Amino acid sequence: MIKRMSHAPVWVLDQDSAKRFYTEKLGFEVRTDATMDGLRWLTVGPKDQPDFEIILAKPGPPMVDDEAAKAITALVARGQLGAGAMETDDCQGTYDELKKKGVTFLQEPADRPYGIEAVFRDDSGNWFSLTERKG
Amino acid sequence: MSTTTPRHVRPLAPDVERLAHLRDAKDLMDRSYAEALDLDAIAREAGYSRFHFIRAFCDTYGQTPRDYLSVRRVERARELLRTANLTVTEVCFLVGFSSLGSFSTRFKALVGLSPSDYRAREVQRGGPPPIPGCFVLMWSQPAPQSRRSHHPARSVSSGAATKKEDDK
Repeated sequence: MIKRMSHAPVWVLDQDSAKRFYTEKLGFEVRTDATMDGLRWLTVGPKDQPDFEIILAKPGPPMVDDEAAKAITALVARGQLGAGAMETDDCQGTYDELKKKGVTFLQEPADRPYGIEAVFRDDSGNWFSLTERKG
Repeated sequence: MSTTTPRHVRPLAPDVERLAHLRDAKDLMDRSYAEALDLDAIAREAGYSRFHFIRAFCDTYGQTPRDYLSVRRVERARELLRTANLTVTEVCFLVGFSSLGSFSTRFKALVGLSPSDYRAREVQRGGPPPIPGCFVLMWSQPAPQSRRSHHPARSVSSGAATKKEDDK
């Protein structure tokens, strides 16, 4: 039986910049940053969630070929890849804090049937929901 | 530049920066749809002149900025019609349209129903919408290099029956 999901990839355009964004702006911690044979394995995660890591992966060989990397890069840069939902206890507060740090928001905090939700992008162009769940 | 540049520090594909600027313009429309955005301001966000901006945006997102903005506004209007106790006219102005006529025409072209018929259908359906709002927002994003507005937009609320794979 599968117990839980532990890692999920997010395609980023520049790993150094992504590392800064996820740690300095989102407040995540770096779990691993290791390079082997030209392949950089970079993972980050929210401080309160030690059993989950986001792999900040740069599209390219050997994971995907050059042609696929080009297509993925264009999709990310156009802002068309959505990467998931983040939870917070205080959507408005987190929105204010991230906005002050220069994070791009597509949508301000808004009431939804399931909670209060805003939508932001990372520095590469991936979009995320930022949700404070209801009750 | 140098042929000895290792693969992992290979520079970004050359048009990433251009795409990111166009994305900024699109994000501005997503964020500030309710305001009276004019094309010059949107083009400025992307660092383009008005003329070049329209072409570049079309090439990237498959529709004009003006069309995209109205898609975003109609998407917001749909939510208000589903959930808020407002008149169609109030909804029209709240989401940034400046005339009821253009709102109704555009709404009908995208949704296939007039705003009031849409609301009547949603009221009858009842209950909260089944799909998270962030997904609805991104779902109504422009599809690159495909439809140029001939298809009515897919409807979130009427379930599998309208989930046609018509834009691949």
